[in-house]
Amino acid sequence: MRREFAVKWILLSVIVVATVLGDLLQSYEMKRSGEQAVDARGLAKLLRMIVSRRYLLLSVVAMAVSFFAFMALVQIAPLSFAVPASAATFVLETLLAKFVLKERVGPRRAAGALLVLGGVILLAR
Amino acid sequence: MRSLPSKARTLWLALLVIVLNASGNLSLTVGMRSLPDKMSANPLDYIRAMFHPLVALGIVLLILWLLTRMALFSWADLSFVVPVTAAGYILAAILGHFFLGEKVTLTNWLGTLLIFFGTAFVGATKPLTTECAGSSQ
Repeated sequence: MRREFAVKWILLSVIVVATVLGDLLQSYEMKRSGEQAVDARGLAKLLRMIVSRRYLLLSVVAMAVSFFAFMALVQIAPLSFAVPASAATFVLETLLAKFVLKERVGPRRAAGALLVLGGVILLAR
Repeated sequence: MRSLPSKARTLWLALLVIVLNASGNLSLTVGMRSLPDKMSANPLDYIRAMFHPLVALGIVLLILWLLTRMALFSWADLSFVVPVTAAGYILAAILGHFFLGEKVTLTNWLGTLLIFFGTAFVGATKPLTTECAGSSQ
């Protein structure tokens, strides 16, 4: 029981860290690459970028780690715990966007992120 | 989409990202649930599952989701993309309710309402607030 409790929190930490890292790296690298098109040629270019850019490849690996850790978590914990707990990423990503990526997060954007966090918690109950 | 003003284009792309994610997850869920056998730890089970048409469609839609979301990250801030695309939770609840017969309680609907307002709050802000490299198109 104690072991399962520890595994649950370890998996949750892995999900949060991997999701935040993946999104942060993807946002950083994609902004550096300039505005990308979403037509067939643009999507093919994005696919090539994943294998040629280190940070993008790492971000996809982080997303895969997060996905499999989430799959493992829902096997030992209810979805009503897994979904709202992993929504902690909203707060962390907004903070890191402000302090690491230097984005302007005004009161309206911060309030919006908090409303979404509250909504996700209610949605999973 | 190129003829639209930049904010409208960004919101349209965000909508595409949301729809691709929700429809990909729905297709994957319906496909996985219709498989005759339960999944084991054997990786071959997962490879076999990928040949089910709905599972395959779900995977293709989720690859498109990944790529369009990457493009969206080149158009807008992380602190804009993450809460705005959370509107996908609303679509997932609606699709789950109507297509999978999942129970959605009053509290859950209240949650979708909060997400809606949160998304609208963030969606009303300027999508890009940092320096971005020039267009590469």
